[in-house]
Parts: sequence; C-alpha cells; structure tokens
Amino acid sequence: MNEAVFAQVREHVGAVAREAAVTNGVLALLIEPASLLEVVRALKNAFGFDMFLDVTAVDWPGREPRFDVVWHFYSTKHFVRVRVKTRVAVADPTVDTLAPFYGSARFMERECHEMYGIVFRGNDDLRPILLYEGFEGYPLRKDYPKQKEQPLVPYRDAKP
Amino acid sequence: MNAQPARPAPSGAFEYLTTKKDEFVGWARKFSLFPYPFVTACCAMEFMSVSATLYDTDRFGAALPRFTPRQSDLLMVVGTVTHKQAPVLKKVYEQMCEPKWVIAFGVCATSGGFYQNYAALPGIDRIIPVDLYIPGCPPRPEMVIDGIMKLQDKIARERHPIITDRF
Repeated sequence: MNEAVFAQVREHVGAVAREAAVTNGVLALLIEPASLLEVVRALKNAFGFDMFLDVTAVDWPGREPRFDVVWHFYSTKHFVRVRVKTRVAVADPTVDTLAPFYGSARFMERECHEMYGIVFRGNDDLRPILLYEGFEGYPLRKDYPKQKEQPLVPYRDAKP
Repeated sequence: MNAQPARPAPSGAFEYLTTKKDEFVGWARKFSLFPYPFVTACCAMEFMSVSATLYDTDRFGAALPRFTPRQSDLLMVVGTVTHKQAPVLKKVYEQMCEPKWVIAFGVCATSGGFYQNYAALPGIDRIIPVDLYIPGCPPRPEMVIDGIMKLQDKIARERHPIITDRF
C-alpha cells in the first residue's frame, strides 16, 4: 500500500523533484525552493498528507548551498510519511512559509528561524519561541561557538 | 485537715539551662528548614524519592515544602537552569526572607553538567550564592540526606545575628 501511494506521488511530482527515493519506509523528495508550494499543495490536496510533523534544517559547512531545509508530512489516510528537502544558500536562506496549508507550521518555522536563521517568506511572526529576545546569532549553526554564553542576568563577580 | 494542693518538691536539678544565643538559635533553625523546591528537570524524580516515605527528609525537619518563596528559608534548585529561566530564579531568591540558604541539587544546578552550550546556565552560583552543592546525575538519596545534614551542621555553627544590615 505504501508503494502504491509513493508511486503515485512520484509520478505526480516527478517533473519537479530532483530525487525521489524511498528510504526506511519514507519517501524522500529533493526539490528546488521555487517548487515547494506546488509540491506541498499536491501532497496535501491530492494525496492526503494532512499532518505537518516538523520543519528543521541541516547545516553543511563548506557546502554550497549550505543549508538543507527538511519538512516531514504524515498522511492519516494512508498511514505513510514523506520527507521534503530543499537547499538554500547562506546568503539568502529564504523559503516560502507553509502556514497557509498547515497552521502549526507557524510555530515550527519560528523555531527553525531562531536556531538556523532560515527565513520563511510570508510568515509574519518569526519572533523567538524557545530562545529569548535579544539573543544574537543562530545557535544550531555549526559556526556558532559551542560555549558562548549570552546571560540575561549579570553574573556575580566572585565565584566562591 | 485542710487539703493542700500537691506540688512537686523542687529538686534543684535541670531547672535552668545556660547556652549561647547563637547555639540556641542555630539549633532551632537547623531543625525547622522550610524548603522551596525550584524543580526544573529530571532530578525532580530523585527529589520526590528523597522526600517520600522511604528516605523521608521529614526526619530532619526539612520536609514541608512551601510553595511560595516568602515563607521558605531553604531554596533547593533541582535541575538544569537555562539562561531564559535565570531571571525567574533570581527573583525567587530575592523574594525569600532572611535568613536563607541555597542547595544546588545535582550536577546541572552545580555547574551546568554536560550542558555546556548556548542554552544552559553553567551553575546557579553565577547568579545567586550557594551554600551547599550536591553532585550527582542525579544524586543518590543518601547523598541528599548527607547534604542536608551538612547544611544543618553549617547552620548550627553559623552566627545568627538578631539584627542585620538588611533588617
């Protein structure tokens, strides 16, 4: 049954996907940022991928474009998952928001934004959600110093 | 015969005790600790264990948690404190009345533990003074009991001024 759904999806989005392979029971699509909305619209409306599981990013220092942005969707109709990946450069780490399709994307995009600096075009509320106001930098990027501290409370002078 | 009420004859022994004020006040204070548990992470499980029947911190007079800092005199910081939470901990500490003591319970509160990263405060002693550190991830209940007894010894040996510069 998974294979049937995956075959239909591959047939449908094959024109825009650079890669479409099944790994560990998940269909993984690699697409261009420009075709994101088209692919997600098809996944949601035509194939019943109605649950937005997560959006996150992967930092590949030294690679160009540097970031993978990764979405996971689940279909409560077919009980399968699909992973959508795209690549963005550090100079312009911008992809489209999925908030019009999935309301929960608004919060998850906030987390991805504060941790990796990915900008979601169309999401008007990218305030920090786990970090605090005034935090500088993107802590899950590989070039963020591991032990850098940005305390909110000034430290006491003498440490006993 | 007129009945006189029976009065115990004064024996002359143990009618008076002499002691020093600091020793007396310290003795009273060390057995009436009212902890405020500032519990943030997995050490809470060990805290529940040490408070519950089997290990029973009630024996030390340190059992009754007060869930307002204004009624407590022992701040137990149990678990990881993040930079985002540090202002809350500071405010809780400042709300407590004198005299007050602080226990860093577990390695995260002591030094940040293995959380040496952007999020975690590397030890609560960066922002508030700490009287006693209990290491361990999490500490065994025996270590917590040993820590409480050491804190009691410390309280018993302390000066207990009636009027301080802050009061």
